[in-house]
Amino acid sequence: MEWTNAVIQGVLLGGLYALFATGLSIMFGVMRIVNLAHGDLAVVASFLALSMVSGTGLPLWFVVCVTAPLFAVLGYLTQRVLLQRSMRAGPMSTLVATFGLSIVIQNVLLEKYSADTRTLDAGSFATGSFTIGEISIPYLGLVTFLLAVVVIVAIQLFLSRTGLGRMMRASSDDQDTAALVGGDSRHIYGIATAIAFGTVALAGMMMAMRSSFDPATGPSRLLFAFEAVVIGGLGSLWGTLLGGMVLGLTQSIGAQIDPALTILGGHLVFLAVLAFRPQGLLPGQTA
Amino acid sequence: MSATVAVRRSARSARLPSVGLVLAVVILGALPFVLFSSTTDALVNLFILVTLASMWNLLAGFAGLVSVGQQAYFGLGAYSVLVFAEQGVQAYLAIPLAALTAAVFAVPTSWLAFRLRGDYFAIGTWVIAEVYRLVTTRIDSLGGASGKSLTTLSGIDPVVRQALTYWVALAVALLSVLGCYLLLRSRLGLTLMAVRDEETAANAVGINVPRAKRWVYLISAAGCGAAGGVLLVASLSVNPQAVYSVQWSAYMIFIVVIGGIGYIEGPLVGAVVFFVLQQTLADYGTYYLILLGLLGIAAAIWLPRGLWGLVADRTRTTLFPIGYHLDRSGQRRE
Repeated sequence: MEWTNAVIQGVLLGGLYALFATGLSIMFGVMRIVNLAHGDLAVVASFLALSMVSGTGLPLWFVVCVTAPLFAVLGYLTQRVLLQRSMRAGPMSTLVATFGLSIVIQNVLLEKYSADTRTLDAGSFATGSFTIGEISIPYLGLVTFLLAVVVIVAIQLFLSRTGLGRMMRASSDDQDTAALVGGDSRHIYGIATAIAFGTVALAGMMMAMRSSFDPATGPSRLLFAFEAVVIGGLGSLWGTLLGGMVLGLTQSIGAQIDPALTILGGHLVFLAVLAFRPQGLLPGQTA
Repeated sequence: MSATVAVRRSARSARLPSVGLVLAVVILGALPFVLFSSTTDALVNLFILVTLASMWNLLAGFAGLVSVGQQAYFGLGAYSVLVFAEQGVQAYLAIPLAALTAAVFAVPTSWLAFRLRGDYFAIGTWVIAEVYRLVTTRIDSLGGASGKSLTTLSGIDPVVRQALTYWVALAVALLSVLGCYLLLRSRLGLTLMAVRDEETAANAVGINVPRAKRWVYLISAAGCGAAGGVLLVASLSVNPQAVYSVQWSAYMIFIVVIGGIGYIEGPLVGAVVFFVLQQTLADYGTYYLILLGLLGIAAAIWLPRGLWGLVADRTRTTLFPIGYHLDRSGQRRE
């Protein structure tokens, strides 16, 4: 039964990793940007939520519902003000700029909140579970997983069914031609970054309810997200979901064998995919 | 009558700075005789940073390989010196062996990392560095997560040891800067610059692009390995958390970007800027890192060729001439 539970835990955790990875995948797909501050943004969202809960006494679910859209707005502004400029200076500039952002965020958080580890306290929702037969399913894990699937489906529908989404894919394929038919790339890029920031904030806060975080947690979140993207296959959100689940499953099974293998196991599966199936499990074309 | 044009490596204006450079090295070499060890210890850190930054510059500035994982070889170098010293090799002499070890490990690593293109290469190398860290943590004979101390140098008088460490650190930094210079003047250097400027065209004229890049990757790994070895003989202990930290990549990248990527002088200028920043803000916690990050962002956006790019544009000066200079004075010189 332990193993069955480990598998279920792993798959549910995988949904969360996929949610983390969605933004990374979209920013790379649309703008060819790898945002090295991706994980740190998740941590900022967690600290912000923590401050809002303790400062205003509002319920956590409400704070989450406010913070995620707030980050989407922040994402749009970051793209228009910072990333757009760095993109003009060349691809390496963007990488360096986001890495700079990552270092700045980590150290500002360290100065403001100290290096103590925290969690977002979601009460019985975070610890409770229900059982089917002998299998126990945690509420938080299930809700997070469903949330991830809903978000990914919504983004996929946005990309395939709406005008703006189609323009985003067009812009990803060929920016100049997309501009000719009326696609304002700066606005499109802003929207893509908004989606990325919003989803990573949501993922960060959900993660912060189940495991602790501190100002230096960001990079490990980034690496998980990146691994999910590569395992699943570049350019496919379904692949990313699958990649997240493979990663979650590996970590969860690794932890069952030896707790020290949790993270290393995930990295090794990533390297194995890189060595034997570099195109990923489900390589795709969309965004 | 056709105009006679002499092609030379350097303009005459480059001679004066070169003399200054030699003078600077002589003065730096003499410092342990005149200064307190607290100053020379700080300079050892500067030399480590110059080495790391030069290696990253070679990788990113000349081969277009933007790695965030060179700390893998830095850590590997430190642990290699530890292991060689425990096997009876004199610790200072183990540093070249550490460089070699890092290069050997870089061979299989490059097979994996080179499967990722562009920006994804950056995070991929970071994951690989994390694997190196986690694997090191699991090796009990290396002290596991808490690390280990180097004890074989304890027989040497501390004053002598500090001076020796200083000279070794200086030598490693000099070798990496000069190594970059000579490398870039070689056939490989020409290849690299062709690849950097136009990869497709370079490929078309028969340049083996992956092989050139792999060579640079191995050389850069060796240099970072040597720097890690210097860190160990300077600090006398090593632990995986610190030595495999991505912070070393942050140092390398921002030093190079602020100093001037793609110039051999860039890492030198950037390292001095970083060093001054670190020393002046030492009492204010991590604010120097915040400032470093902000400067890095600013340089990436508004000054893509860094501080040395400004100098080079204004004065056409170069300390390390790797291009060719046309002299149209009429007389052909050799």
